[in-house]
Amino acid sequence: MESVEGSGRMKNARRRHLVSGVMIGLTYICAILATLPLLLILWHLMVKGASSISLAFFTHMPRPVGEPGGGMANAIVGTLILIGIASAIGLPIGIGAGLHLAEKKTTPLAQTTRFLADVLNGLPSIVMGIFAWQILVRPIGHFSALAGGVALGAMMIPLVTRTTEEMLLVVPTSLREAALALGYPKWRTSISIVLRTALAGIVTGALVAVARIAGETAPLLFTALGNQFWSTSIGQPIAALPLQIFVYANNAYEELHQLAWAGALVLISIVLVISLAARLVTRSRFGAAVD
Amino acid sequence: MTSLPVDWLEKDRRKLRVDASAFSDKVYEALTAACAVVIPTLVIAIALAIFVAAWPAFSKLGLSILTSSDWDVAAGHFGAAPAVFGTLVSSAVALIIATPLAIGIAIFLSEFSPLWLRQPVGFLVDLLAAIPSVVYGVWGIFVLVPMLRSSVMPFLRDTLHLGSTPFFTGPAYGPSMLAAGIILAIMALPYISSVSREVLMAVPRSQREAALALGATRWEMIRDAVIPYAKSGIIGGIMLGLGRALGETMAVTMVIGNRLEISASLFAPGYTMASLIANQFSEATNDLQLSALMAVGAILFVITLIINAIARWLVWRVSKGQAA
Repeated sequence: MESVEGSGRMKNARRRHLVSGVMIGLTYICAILATLPLLLILWHLMVKGASSISLAFFTHMPRPVGEPGGGMANAIVGTLILIGIASAIGLPIGIGAGLHLAEKKTTPLAQTTRFLADVLNGLPSIVMGIFAWQILVRPIGHFSALAGGVALGAMMIPLVTRTTEEMLLVVPTSLREAALALGYPKWRTSISIVLRTALAGIVTGALVAVARIAGETAPLLFTALGNQFWSTSIGQPIAALPLQIFVYANNAYEELHQLAWAGALVLISIVLVISLAARLVTRSRFGAAVD
Repeated sequence: MTSLPVDWLEKDRRKLRVDASAFSDKVYEALTAACAVVIPTLVIAIALAIFVAAWPAFSKLGLSILTSSDWDVAAGHFGAAPAVFGTLVSSAVALIIATPLAIGIAIFLSEFSPLWLRQPVGFLVDLLAAIPSVVYGVWGIFVLVPMLRSSVMPFLRDTLHLGSTPFFTGPAYGPSMLAAGIILAIMALPYISSVSREVLMAVPRSQREAALALGATRWEMIRDAVIPYAKSGIIGGIMLGLGRALGETMAVTMVIGNRLEISASLFAPGYTMASLIANQFSEATNDLQLSALMAVGAILFVITLIINAIARWLVWRVSKGQAA
């Protein structure tokens, strides 16, 4: 009787360990499956994009359809200009709001702002696009780089706000108290002690936000619009790398598909370089990455 | 030396300095508060601008925007039901694919992964979130869609005999609801897995130790002691991924086929609300069409707002340790 029960228990234990082993194995498979798409995408970008990239891609203008060659010089410059406008709007407001949230943790304004910043972060970028169109394109009557930059800048604000706040909260309170005890005014304590201490983290947050908006397409569709010609005026429609990639990929011509792949490779390189820079900034200051 | 005047001077000067710093403190606080106010203002401005622009469509078309599937620009009919359907179905397909994978990898990274693998694998998965949508689209058009057309779709339909169900029937064009669902799954995966990993890490050690001490295997420990504790946070992560999937535009527009029809088959092309806006907005020919597209945007705005708010609340509850 007892031995039968014992062997049953043994069998049961063996089965349970088997199930456990299988499930653990499944999580390993999940890990492989989840990293597979990334490796596939990067590999295809390398193979198909690298063959179309040449110096001309960076220095030449797009050619009319049917003519071989041509580059995306205007789109690359346009993307840099858009990033510039967006950063000029998103960074100061985001950092200012982050300072406010870190200093006034529980006021109604701070709590509402924190919650709404998270909500804004989840807002579909196309909605930001039609919003910018409604306030900046419709009343003025034409598309412009400014409208595109504002749409991207508005997307940056909540991102920068939340990372700035997070980084500031890591700064020990004793630093702030020491500065105040030495007679520093509050604003100088915040700017030259607290903000300075958290600077590396805030730069990281800013870079991550830039990397995120650099590849955005949907907010630019009805604002920056795209431009086949050379334009650096912020009052005129402007070309952007993601827009150009979108147009070329949807086109029927094989040469344009090649350019779309090349553009995608350049775009992802820009994004990855900024993301890596973001990691390095924090690492060099604190000896280890923050996240 | 008479000390009185010096004292008096010093006091006065100190008072002046204090006044000056009190004033600059006020300026500083007002400035940062103004920056903070920008965010609620932005949300209100977005809501106002879009709803005002959508009002003519809402008042003229009423609920038929949501319920009718007749979208005829020339006739002035704007029923976006197929786009709403496509948004929901493509997101559902994405979650069905992404959720088990994302939770699996979160469990792997938080419990079983060798230490040296944890950083690189976590980094690779997070990198998925950094890839621009349009790059996913390019990959989708030129790699995923041909692959679906030539091998995956015939395999599902004929080899696995799923063609007898209504979901996997019809010709395999390539651009389809299935393609959109797969792309969205890849895009939502990093959001679900990073939130899940975070909440799994937040489960106290004692939960795990207690389960192991009671004789649980490592999997039983996860199933009975860790997951129930982290459950609402994981659901929050899934909803966050859902929010991403619902609003995703470029990649979906490039692979879904853009046809305004409701079909049960995942092989059929479809449309989503976001891609409807992306494709038609700049070519809108009349004010009612513009307004109808704004109305579609307004609906999308409200849906994602609600989903995100619930998601944040769920995650916040777990990280505050209030979950049972």
